[in-house]
Amino acid sequence: MVSPSPIAAASLPPAGLEGLDAKWSRLVTALDSREVERRWHVLDNRVAKPRITLVCVHGNPTWSYLWRSVLAAAPRDVRVVAVDHLDMGFSERTGQTRRLGQRIDDLDTVIGALGINSPVVVVAHDWGGPISLGWAGRHRSRLAGVVLMNTAVHQPAGSPTPRLIRMARSPGILETLCTRTTGFIKGTVRLSKKHIQRPVRAAYLAPYTTAARRRAIATFVADIPLEADHPSSPALDDVAASLACMDDLPALLLWGSSDPVFSDLYLRDLAQRLPGAAVHRYPQASHLLPEEVDVATPIFRWLETLDEGAGGYSAPVSGQPLWAAIERRHEDDAVAVAEMKGAEMVRSVSFAELAAAVAATAGGMAAAGIRRGDRVALLVPPGVDLTVCLYACWRLGAVVVIADAGLGPRGMTQALESAAPSYLIGVRRAILAARSLRWPGKRISVDSVGTQARRALGIWKTLDELEELGREAPMPEPPGADDVAIVAFTSGATGPAKGVTYRHHQARANRDAIAALYAITEEDRLVAAFGPFALYGAALGITSVVPDMEITSPGTLTATALAGAAAAVDATLVFASPAALRNIVATAHNLTPQLHNALSSTRLLMSAGAPVPARLLREVAKIVPNAELHTPYGMTEVLPVADISLTEIESVGTGDGVCVGRPVAGVEVAISPLDADGNATGPLTIDPEVVGEVCIRAAHVKDEYDKLWVTQQASAHPVGWHRSGDVGHLDDAGCLWIEGRLIHVIKTAAGVVTPVAIEHAAEGVAGVAQAAAVGIGPAGTQQVILVLVPDVPPRRAGLADFALADAVRGAIPVEVAAVLAVAGLPVDKRHNSKINRPQLSQWAASVLAGNRIERL
Amino acid sequence: MKVLVTGGSSLLGRTVAEQLRDRGEEVFLLQRRAGAPGFAEHLGDVADPATVIAAVAGKEAVIHVAARVGITGSWDEFAKTNIEGTENLLIAALAEGVSRFVHISSPSVAHHGRALVGIDAEPAEPELARGHYAKSKAQAELLALRANSDSFPVVVLRPHLIWGPGDTQLVGRIVARARAGRLATVGTGAALIDTTYISNAADAVVAALDRAPQLRGRAFVVTNGQPRPVAEVIAKIVTAAGLQPPSLRVPYRAAHFGGKVVERVWDRTGRDDDPPMTSFLAEQLATAHWFDQRETRRALQWAPAVSLDEGFQKLADWFSRQSTAEPH
Repeated sequence: MVSPSPIAAASLPPAGLEGLDAKWSRLVTALDSREVERRWHVLDNRVAKPRITLVCVHGNPTWSYLWRSVLAAAPRDVRVVAVDHLDMGFSERTGQTRRLGQRIDDLDTVIGALGINSPVVVVAHDWGGPISLGWAGRHRSRLAGVVLMNTAVHQPAGSPTPRLIRMARSPGILETLCTRTTGFIKGTVRLSKKHIQRPVRAAYLAPYTTAARRRAIATFVADIPLEADHPSSPALDDVAASLACMDDLPALLLWGSSDPVFSDLYLRDLAQRLPGAAVHRYPQASHLLPEEVDVATPIFRWLETLDEGAGGYSAPVSGQPLWAAIERRHEDDAVAVAEMKGAEMVRSVSFAELAAAVAATAGGMAAAGIRRGDRVALLVPPGVDLTVCLYACWRLGAVVVIADAGLGPRGMTQALESAAPSYLIGVRRAILAARSLRWPGKRISVDSVGTQARRALGIWKTLDELEELGREAPMPEPPGADDVAIVAFTSGATGPAKGVTYRHHQARANRDAIAALYAITEEDRLVAAFGPFALYGAALGITSVVPDMEITSPGTLTATALAGAAAAVDATLVFASPAALRNIVATAHNLTPQLHNALSSTRLLMSAGAPVPARLLREVAKIVPNAELHTPYGMTEVLPVADISLTEIESVGTGDGVCVGRPVAGVEVAISPLDADGNATGPLTIDPEVVGEVCIRAAHVKDEYDKLWVTQQASAHPVGWHRSGDVGHLDDAGCLWIEGRLIHVIKTAAGVVTPVAIEHAAEGVAGVAQAAAVGIGPAGTQQVILVLVPDVPPRRAGLADFALADAVRGAIPVEVAAVLAVAGLPVDKRHNSKINRPQLSQWAASVLAGNRIERL
Repeated sequence: MKVLVTGGSSLLGRTVAEQLRDRGEEVFLLQRRAGAPGFAEHLGDVADPATVIAAVAGKEAVIHVAARVGITGSWDEFAKTNIEGTENLLIAALAEGVSRFVHISSPSVAHHGRALVGIDAEPAEPELARGHYAKSKAQAELLALRANSDSFPVVVLRPHLIWGPGDTQLVGRIVARARAGRLATVGTGAALIDTTYISNAADAVVAALDRAPQLRGRAFVVTNGQPRPVAEVIAKIVTAAGLQPPSLRVPYRAAHFGGKVVERVWDRTGRDDDPPMTSFLAEQLATAHWFDQRETRRALQWAPAVSLDEGFQKLADWFSRQSTAEPH
């Protein structure tokens, strides 16, 4: 045995580092792979007989301190050890250059010396990833799973290496940045989007006080195999290759997507190598993820799911594929899809033409290399082209990504970066945006383009070319009911847009739920002015016509355009958003008697997408005299949930909240009661008048939130249920009443208060045009604040007239601390109707703290 | 029980004394001037040890309300009454074997000038408290809590902005200014403030006395638990007095600056009447201070019996009786 004296011995960290329990620290001695005795500093919560052991491996230039939150939050039967690599943290300074292969050996040595008998989950960050996965490859039988954060095992071909690492690697900079100064450490901490407190910053620097102690930081950076002939390249390639044998390994990928070093590029690479991985992207977080978000809670929640197994709820699967109606009517010359310009039908396809186009396009996509499971973004307005693309993708088994242009350029960029489609089909404007905003995906143009534009816009294929290609190509095998069909983005009205995935069986169930709810048969003809349902027109086997309107702003649909579309197909159904209905009512005076008459065969008008006021429906009823007016309740994650007609709205009268009707056939609704803190923690109940979060179970509930595993976990318990985030109750008759959003519940000392009912009460006071109730102050002792838009709006926002304030207090059964008056309430841009309560609450809190009154 | 109430001429002292007497306690008052028919009185200053020793002799409980309040005067004057006076009472009560001591403090002992929004009672901080009154009360509170022991339970209550019929401090000053046409809204008038109706505050003091052994060593903020914008509180008080709410507005910065000037003038000239504005008052009128009352109510097993609206009605009734008795 050789024991050369180390450059510096291992030591325990100094006392008092922020958040670090001194009891965790221990020194471990073992012989490394060269038979040299080495000493490591290790954090260890020393749980005896653990169910499982987490081995946490840091990267460069951090140390085991990175994992303190995981140690602190560990359940009693989970052992957590976090190792300082040799020459890093408080482990021994060997004075040698240790490359990746050696570091994997070292990790093997120290784990061997820790006496771990339970199954192991490795948890790694940054360059801890390749080291720990190297170890994992050697110990597959002991391995229960991996948790990876902002790391990489492979530089994807054709993509640039991280600029920051290239810079750090350049001669001259490396020594200065990493060794001579603490620049690299400080820089790493400073990359965070969240402000890292001074004591924590100091703790990261604590083991690296001298240039001698920092030497390994530079050698670590130099060891990153950016080049193929780098000495550590073979070792990294081995690690990447070993993952191929671990593709059934349970994995959790937690990712800060604002990381300038390990971008989403590496997340996609890892997700492909670990197909079973649960993925959660944090769009706002950067590199040092454990300092920016709570990683401990997701990790331990994920460990629980390993034991729970899959199981759970399985909904009945309906038989008919989404394209079945198109195939069934492949010889039918009836109009399938039509587009309008004014009152003129400018383009249409029959079912026969649609069937042929879908088959050819699907075949062509397959021939061009688009595979089942590949993601294809569809940035095409409703109409013939969208229908062809959509059903071709579904027939091929490609996953369509749908993001409403109403999200705006920023929201679209976020959505597409998150969904990461391999292909993007778009009209010219969308292709332009994709080019300039660098949206991911090979570009397929719906419009034909010249060679120059083709090169300038980076267009890969056109839709015509694909269709042409497919005329000779064989039809691909159809996807199964369990394949993913769609990633649809939520409106983003209540936060960043989230991707929601549906499998084919869920999309089928969705189609069937709509058909059953509105008794739709192939005899029906639809004016499709509401996006989500318009997609299902061909799947329902009905004629759909898209009226002339600016699709990003439904408020541009005029009564004339609607009636023109209805006349073109003798429509029996109209689906339109409330914003469209408002404009239709406003422009109804332009209708000629003839056009007015065209709306008389409409038997049903459905409006959804935002709350639909009864008085609006009453106005609409005058325009479509023979139609039943319906408004379904639901959300991107499940629609429809419940449905109510205008007649029913009139008969239920007023109550606490808005009555949205009874759950539709096949949908179960239950309430998770609120506790004193306003959290929906109670077991599900269908007892009437119990207030809580509305939970939904149905065959057409979404599969999951895309790359938002943590959000998915929070939204899907008990298993099979979807937590809507809405608060409400069921009444004696089984009708559902919505009282507001869970996050808008006001947590007063006297109990929780939901906003909608008191807003209605305030709006009943003379002189009040509109009202919003928000809470200010700490949860549990919040004060209820009413913000009013009076009939006569004030010139300056501030306290409401005292007499009006007293009248409002008198009308509301809960204590109201203050009544403010404004000229208008802040609403979301998208629907122009959902009150932005978080913004309003923040504003009210500032005003009532005594600050200068800012513009709202 | 023989109870000594100091500051018997104040609204709170008097109301507590009456409540205790009405339920059958033997109540003694310590105050500077005679004028409380129906009570046994000790006359004198709490800053005088001999007076205090004599007053505490034979008592089983002490409720220490007496304090020098206001915004003018030298530090020595505040320190003498508020700090030395409290120390005298604590020493005398300890020596006498008094079994309960309720010390009346103020939320300003933990107020550093920022808005207080839904917080519970934080520790008193003499270094950070603003102005002579708050600093001296902060030191007094710390002395009282330090004297606490199993055999000498001390409870501290910090009632916030007491008002009601007969109140010469808050109500009296506001109404006097309104009558003189000198009442203005400082800043936006929207800062939320907690206030306490007098009988609720007195109920809380009695509850603290009863539960002193369980609550010993703790401090509680006491309010009505109904914060309101400051302009609305002032308007309600003024309206109760049959006057018009103020239409004058002074921007916060102007009030704060003006207050500083006024303080200097009053300081230089030695005036001891109420200045029209001080920087402290400007701050108090323009920043939120409202409190989390959950722990106070749970621990004291007390809740306000009179709501703000009921209180304002009682105030209006009292004003109208006053004006019938002595028309202006």
